[in-house]
Amino acid sequence: MSTQTHPITTAIAPTEREAIIRVEGLTKKFGDFTAVDHIDFEVYRGELFGFLGPNGAGKTTTISMLVTLSEPTEGHATVAGHDVAREQDAVRHAIGIVFQEPSLDENLTARENLEFHAVLYNMSKAEREKRIPEVLEMVQLVDRADDLVERFSGGMKRRLEIARGLLHTPKVLFLDEPTIGLDPQTRRHIWDYIDALRQREDITIFLTTHYMDEAEFADRIAIMDHGKIVALDTPDGLKRQVGGDVITVRTPDMERDADRIEQQFGVKVQRYKDELRFEVENGETFIPRFVREFPGTITAISLRRPTLDDVFLKLTGRTIRDAELDAEDITRNRMRRRMRMRRH
Amino acid sequence: MHNLNAIFIIWKREMLRWWRDKARIIGSLAFPLVFLLVFGSGLSGAMGSLVQPPGGATVPGGIEVDFKQFIFPGIVAMNVFFSAIFSGISVVFDREFGILKEVLVAPINRGSVALGKTLGGASVATIQGTLVFILAPLAGIHFEPLLFVKLWPVMFLGAFAMTSMGVAIASRMKTTEGFQVVNQFITFPMIFLSGAFFPLRDLPAWMDVIVKLNPASYAVDPLRRLVLESQNLPPFVMERLADFGLGLEIGGQQLSVWHDLVIVVAFGMVMNGVAMYLFSRRD
Repeated sequence: MSTQTHPITTAIAPTEREAIIRVEGLTKKFGDFTAVDHIDFEVYRGELFGFLGPNGAGKTTTISMLVTLSEPTEGHATVAGHDVAREQDAVRHAIGIVFQEPSLDENLTARENLEFHAVLYNMSKAEREKRIPEVLEMVQLVDRADDLVERFSGGMKRRLEIARGLLHTPKVLFLDEPTIGLDPQTRRHIWDYIDALRQREDITIFLTTHYMDEAEFADRIAIMDHGKIVALDTPDGLKRQVGGDVITVRTPDMERDADRIEQQFGVKVQRYKDELRFEVENGETFIPRFVREFPGTITAISLRRPTLDDVFLKLTGRTIRDAELDAEDITRNRMRRRMRMRRH
Repeated sequence: MHNLNAIFIIWKREMLRWWRDKARIIGSLAFPLVFLLVFGSGLSGAMGSLVQPPGGATVPGGIEVDFKQFIFPGIVAMNVFFSAIFSGISVVFDREFGILKEVLVAPINRGSVALGKTLGGASVATIQGTLVFILAPLAGIHFEPLLFVKLWPVMFLGAFAMTSMGVAIASRMKTTEGFQVVNQFITFPMIFLSGAFFPLRDLPAWMDVIVKLNPASYAVDPLRRLVLESQNLPPFVMERLADFGLGLEIGGQQLSVWHDLVIVVAFGMVMNGVAMYLFSRRD
């Protein structure tokens, strides 16, 4: 493989760091539908790399290809130096996966689930006996090791899955929406484990999420929408793209005031639902000036630091929540059409 | 070696799951019991002995083979088949509960996954078949435990073929909805048209053809023969089982246990090959 650098990974000088995942032009089509559309990126060894985007953006499809469950339609990807299409077994040995949907056998105990996994990954008896208590300890399930998994809570099952993903000491751990469906407190606990894990083991973590606050934990984030990567940078770098602070204003006549603000203050105003949003360099000093000089009426005004959702809004013209509602609509329409066809 | 270990652990998982599902173990004995009491006892009186000595002589000492005794091996076969096909189809449940994904992404040959699953299912089915022998006294069957040395391989090979078929069907099934369809259109017809429940004598020609094309028939036949053999029946019965509808014959030639097993093994290998192939394809 050539050592060319990709324009998209300029956030950290690529020459200084070892790429453990390399993706070039990766594409997956299902019939006419392109789920993943010629994406390129690199993940560096030891980093926590996040894929952020609404449901249906192509995150899980990308993971499926990287973990060799699904064959790329076009393009290449290597994980830990092995091609995902040609060297499946080598890739599989090098990775651990926590799937979005639960994948434990609930009729087995925690230990039996781990033993099952260990044998499938060709671990010797000695390795198993050493490593199983280790990972159970890491997720604090030692005292529940011999309980049937069906008696576990949602958070405990997730922790066991993380332990299982780490059992064969993979180089890369894939976490596909690791906290989906969990309550906020459990989500925080899961993140504590992930943090602790990064300090203990030499591991690269590839994470997908549609929670903004979780993406913040990542060293770098790729924002995905409609099968494409629309931005890739550190969380701070992405927020810098928004520039300074985000001001939101409500006025009685938004149509007219949007133009007025753009002309008078030289900013780009985005209308979102019943508010106007724009970015300024220094919000604290801008607000007094704005209130003094703005000719119309202001019903409400607020200032905040940019979030990743602002970045997403700026790049795609909609928020992640909207994008998900759209996706739901599309699915619902598709279902409706299918039902109609079935009836005829 | 790695793949052998993987096959073993997948087999072991099937065994553990079966052992923990006590409801399934007990429930699977309820159906044979009902069959034996309702059909067996109900029809035995009406049908009398299924075998008559040549020349219209009466049997000294009464009935030789009554319907209960006849149907008992059929019920054993039914239990084996049900259990085997269910185990095969349970791949769909593994898919639905996500466990299949964990297995499919492991660095093992997917054929090994299918094989481990099939061997596990066949072992469970053999045990389930063995359990039916608890009911043997109710059917008037006397048997020696040593008979299992012969019965086990026969049950296992039949179960292996049926589980393979189940896995092959399930490997392309996405949801559990199709499960009932498979039962109604494949499992039940195969069992009912295998000679498990009625003597294969004076059948309509079309049914005779179906019975002989049905691979399950060749798994029922050796089971019945082995059970009848152990009942100390006179030679005129054992030599002409097919004449009384108690055994299969092709072209006037009564099939031996070995003939049957060759057919069962051939069918099982084809089905297992199909299962392994279908399993190995990626999305």
